[in-house]
Amino acid sequence: MSLLAEVTGSLGSIGYGLAAIGPGVGIGIIFGQGVQAIARQPEAYGVIRQNMILGFALAEALALIGFVAPFVFGV
Amino acid sequence: MSLNNVVASGGLDCHLNSGCGFPAPGAEIFLFDDVASFTIANLEFHISKVTIVLFLCVFLILGFFIYAFRKPKLVPRGAQNVGEMGYLFIRDGISRDIIGKDGDKFVPFLFSFFFLVWLSNFMGILPFAQIPATSIFAIPVAFAVIVYITWVPLGVYKQGFGGFFGGMLFPPGVPKPMYVLLTPLEFLSNLIVRPATHAIRLFANMFAGHLLIATFSIAAFYLLSASVIGIIGSAASFTVAVALTGFEALIQFLQAYIFTLLTAVYISGALHAEH
Repeated sequence: MSLLAEVTGSLGSIGYGLAAIGPGVGIGIIFGQGVQAIARQPEAYGVIRQNMILGFALAEALALIGFVAPFVFGV
Repeated sequence: MSLNNVVASGGLDCHLNSGCGFPAPGAEIFLFDDVASFTIANLEFHISKVTIVLFLCVFLILGFFIYAFRKPKLVPRGAQNVGEMGYLFIRDGISRDIIGKDGDKFVPFLFSFFFLVWLSNFMGILPFAQIPATSIFAIPVAFAVIVYITWVPLGVYKQGFGGFFGGMLFPPGVPKPMYVLLTPLEFLSNLIVRPATHAIRLFANMFAGHLLIATFSIAAFYLLSASVIGIIGSAASFTVAVALTGFEALIQFLQAYIFTLLTAVYISGALHAEH
């Protein structure tokens, strides 16, 4: 079988870069909307902050799985 | 573990111009030699630095809170003040907000988790300890398993077997054919992915943070040589390593908070049926 294209070097870093796109966008939206919500309704700060951090944690997990995966499966 | 193992390929003589290449740290910086090992009833016990750090955390927490509440006074002073602040942070900031009034009997559970996770995270930047106990995967897994075997039986006990799993796997208000798609997804996300990410989130954050600090510390050591680039680079790396240590302190607190917050969310889901 002849190879048409090949990627060499640290594939783990490329994988992590790809895995970070989605959570990066997601975390940006979460905190952007969160700050907007606090600006509109400062008295609801406690509840908004809590839900903001919760959403951040759920989105961030994906990026972190991408970070750990190369260590687990080897490069 | 000796410094030579950490400065992986070239040892202590590895510097910018000695041609050894940058010894980037990998997963091996989380492996420690046994300090002691023994066997009880065919079970092997290996005591390494991580075990000692974890036990140190447990005894520090026990020691501090026993000291703080040994003679509780109506008007708190000193250590009791700090202890009560911690307690109120968990009760009002997490338990009452997420679970509600009936969550008060879970406050000790959340309280223990928060402080154990926070202190074992904090061990990552404490001089001489310098390994977050939670960056060894077994430890967050043990924490997540304890949380898992708490909220699932709790839900069955409070809502009944059918009520709990029915409410979880067959959310109401959905067209019937959708259950073909929805039920396996709900099963996967609630009972399998949920505990897995609970453990991985804490582990990966501490793992990544420790690796990052190690990378810049080794870079500062590696670049230190008699050249302009070496001195500037070494100073810059050292500065970044110090800044990252401060950033890690924030992350450590945040991760302990998130771990406890998610525990409270799971317990709340087990206590109250979804509407």
